[in-house]
Amino acid sequence: MLNDWLYIGLILIIAPIFPIMALIIPRILAPHKPSSLKSETYECGVKTVGETWVQFKVQYYNFALIFLIFDVEIVFLFPWAIAYHQLPLFAVIEGILFILILVAGLIYAWRKGFLEWF
Amino acid sequence: MTPLQIIFLIVAAITLGGALMVVTTRNLVHAALWLVLSLFGIAIIFVLLDAGFFAVAQVVIYIGAIAILMIFAIMLTRRVAKDSGPQINATWPIAGIVTLALFGGLFTVLQNWQQIHVLPPSFPEGYDPLQQLGVELVSPNGYLIPFEVASILLLAALIGAIVIAWSKTK
Amino acid sequence: MSDPVNLIANWLKTVLINWGVSPTWITVILSAIGVVVLASVVLVLDIFLVWVERKVVARFQDRLGPNRLGPFGLFQPIADVIKLLLKEDITPDKADKFLYNLSPVIALATVIMLWAVVPLAPTIFGSDINVGVLYIIAVGSISTLGILIAGWASNNKFALVGAFRTVAQMVSYEVPMVISILIPVILSRSMGINTIVHSQTVWYIVLAPVAAIIFLISSQAELGRAPFDISEAESEIVAGFHIEYTGMKFGLFYAGELLHALTLGGFFATFFLGGWRGWGVETYPILGIFYFFVKAFFMYWVIMWIKYSFPRVRIDQMLNLNWKFLTPLALAALIITALLDKLFQNASYSVYVLVMFLSNVILLYIAYLVVGSYARAERKRVADPEKIRVNFPIKSSGSTIEPRSTSEGAHV
Repeated sequence: MLNDWLYIGLILIIAPIFPIMALIIPRILAPHKPSSLKSETYECGVKTVGETWVQFKVQYYNFALIFLIFDVEIVFLFPWAIAYHQLPLFAVIEGILFILILVAGLIYAWRKGFLEWF
Repeated sequence: MTPLQIIFLIVAAITLGGALMVVTTRNLVHAALWLVLSLFGIAIIFVLLDAGFFAVAQVVIYIGAIAILMIFAIMLTRRVAKDSGPQINATWPIAGIVTLALFGGLFTVLQNWQQIHVLPPSFPEGYDPLQQLGVELVSPNGYLIPFEVASILLLAALIGAIVIAWSKTK
Repeated sequence: MSDPVNLIANWLKTVLINWGVSPTWITVILSAIGVVVLASVVLVLDIFLVWVERKVVARFQDRLGPNRLGPFGLFQPIADVIKLLLKEDITPDKADKFLYNLSPVIALATVIMLWAVVPLAPTIFGSDINVGVLYIIAVGSISTLGILIAGWASNNKFALVGAFRTVAQMVSYEVPMVISILIPVILSRSMGINTIVHSQTVWYIVLAPVAAIIFLISSQAELGRAPFDISEAESEIVAGFHIEYTGMKFGLFYAGELLHALTLGGFFATFFLGGWRGWGVETYPILGIFYFFVKAFFMYWVIMWIKYSFPRVRIDQMLNLNWKFLTPLALAALIITALLDKLFQNASYSVYVLVMFLSNVILLYIAYLVVGSYARAERKRVADPEKIRVNFPIKSSGSTIEPRSTSEGAHV
């Protein structure tokens, strides 16, 4: 079994080499004449004012949070899904109960306006 | 040294190095990304322990959800991403002594553990540990109650976050 | 000659054994050669995809597309690559140099890594790990992190906002995608992708059409393609998270996006259309590659078809679609599939197939009714604006303007 993971490990090391080569070739072939005008931050032709930090809406955090909850739930469901044929009907009902508890959470978030994007 | 040991040493060095950089770097977003590297090292250690499911679950949950949540939280709350205080706290001697004592304690415990050289037994033929995990998770004699309690815990976390951080007028 | 890939691999193995190389090193060397061959084939396919994309979009828009360089414009992507390689590498000032250069590498490398678990034929595959499905999701989530790094490292407000919106979209649509992948895992009782393809005596698009449709819609959103292309809305926020990327770095993002589209088309083909299954694959495994790529390119064409037919969706509409429609629908499909699979697992196979198919059709019909009633309510709400009383006196040099009476109403 470790042979399969060896392949994954090798592709983890070798796969970035191709894009890195694609980045090194322009460094050799392309002109390199930096000027202060060329490396200005792009803002449709206008000069930028102030720092790059801007006030973000909290909705981004909301969606990431709900995604985290559902992600953990689904990772729990994967072993349940695999062992399916060995399980009695009772186990299926338990899994469905697991899903329904989190559906209740989704409905709560929905009703509280947590999923709105203002 | 077997190749597995060499790989383990390299991955452990990456994990520990990443963890060290998390606490010493000045830029907060860099700290979050060093943490991602550290968690990825832990995922590789899971693979070396023959637990592929936990490796991918670690990457999916920790790097795919929690690290992104942390970076969002950093960018939502911080006006300046650089930490400008002194790097070393005034109480560093006490911290150093406690750390060395803890390390010494762990070292002696592991030295005196007789079974540290025992390799894990290989599974019998046709035994699929992942399916067994699934069966155990939902069997009443197994981990059914923790399984359902985990879902209630997730529900509580979600409702708690909504109640604390959100009101409809926002 | 029915399986040339494995023939060459076995021949190499005997050569290496005769040279006296130890067995562990043989596995490492053969795996490394396999990785390099797979990555090269995938990248050559990627360059070919540039031509396919431009020709297909041209035909959808009733024009010809590139036809000057080479027969049918086939050398156009090569010209594009050469142009991008010769462009100057401009790094914006105060950008985080290491992260700025790292993120296009992450974008392309994660897509190449996805091909490690795709079975191209019964005997030709990269790696048969028993958690292949979760591996796909894990690698996809690393690419999401790469986009966040790209937006942050550019030191540009618009890149950062664009990256946040893109990540919020991709992260939201991962939920129905993972739930819809869970359904083939239930039907085939394994997370290994080879096993999923082996168990598809009847293609899973017949057994779980709802899951297939949800996977298709979520893939479209994960790729950031229209109608979900908020991230690269050219007319709105210029280019989203890759504003500051020029030359080959942009080329890597673009190539990564196209390759990701083909990869997700390939995964749809693997999970729902039977992967390498076809006539005569048992006797000639090499035909499996042909069937797989026919199905993968067909799904890539469907993804392009959706892209070039729909207008862009607003971000709040998109997130509403995900959290209020797709996720409950996917969970409902999961519950129904799980229940029916257990209740009918001892029945004959044709009864099983029929029951699954009918239950999915009924679920789709109910979803259609729900969406229809919501759309009707929405149309009614927008068509009848409320009458709002405008109530301010305006004083200008002595005379006051009375507010209009509200019987006519002021339509806002």
